[in-house]
Amino acid sequence: MPTTVAYDDVEVGTLIPEREFRIRREDLVRYCGASGDFNVIHWNDRAATEVGLPGVIAHGMYTMASAARLVTDWAGDPGAVVDYGVRFSSFVPVPDDDAGAAVVVSGVVAKKLDDNQVVVNITVRCDGTKVLLGSRATVQLS
Amino acid sequence: MPLNRDFVGRRFVADTPFLVGREHIRQFALAIGEHSPLCHDLDAAKAAGYIDLVAPPTFLTALGMWRPVIPTHDPTLGLDYSLVVHGEQRYSLRRPVVAGDEIVVSGTITDIRNAGRNELLISDYEFVTTAGEVVAAARASLVSRGTAMAEKGT
Repeated sequence: MPTTVAYDDVEVGTLIPEREFRIRREDLVRYCGASGDFNVIHWNDRAATEVGLPGVIAHGMYTMASAARLVTDWAGDPGAVVDYGVRFSSFVPVPDDDAGAAVVVSGVVAKKLDDNQVVVNITVRCDGTKVLLGSRATVQLS
Repeated sequence: MPLNRDFVGRRFVADTPFLVGREHIRQFALAIGEHSPLCHDLDAAKAAGYIDLVAPPTFLTALGMWRPVIPTHDPTLGLDYSLVVHGEQRYSLRRPVVAGDEIVVSGTITDIRNAGRNELLISDYEFVTTAGEVVAAARASLVSRGTAMAEKGT
């Protein structure tokens, strides 16, 4: 599947420009249904605060999916990711308002592998705090 | 209450395959704001060389959540899901998941251990089609907040 970025045009240090992804309550409700993860902490403030959270928080997997979009949009193919791992280091509280939470994602090519694959290190912040650590995607380019 | 360590090493296999549906891929993509035509438009996906709609790279989470293979709700495991947050997640994909894939999920609880006041439940997954093609592997680490048995009296 041809990607919009070619392996030969990418160097170690190539930056994927920063983007902001908005996560609103409505997105979490949709994600509950699509993913099947109906954990109450993702839609119920009362239940979330009862277990010591600041309120409803985003699914870690939602943040992980948003970070992947930076890479797949760059590559031009949602099927280009062959390996993807993250550590969830901090919560993303999603307030009950129209603005939601802002997650800021950027990437840098950290390694060029054989077979036209590159490793992208992804940085994901919410309110200045890193919410994913060691976030790394191996991407198959053309 | 601490998690039941007897579950470490146990492997579970889904009793029915999970059929990846076009509408499910579209709904998942919509939920995460993924508007690539390869996830939504069959002609576009075929023009790009795929046999059907392409699932986003984290789509496989839906297989485990809709039909949990590891018995996270088994009271004898002792997991209170409202105390659970995700610790780590990794996917290794041999190829993209596409609509029409019939996937059998298997999962093994590889470790349960304390991490400060929390406990970690680590599990490894395999995603194999009904034709026997290995599509992907995954590792998940769940954090059970505050359930570790105190090492000294409190």
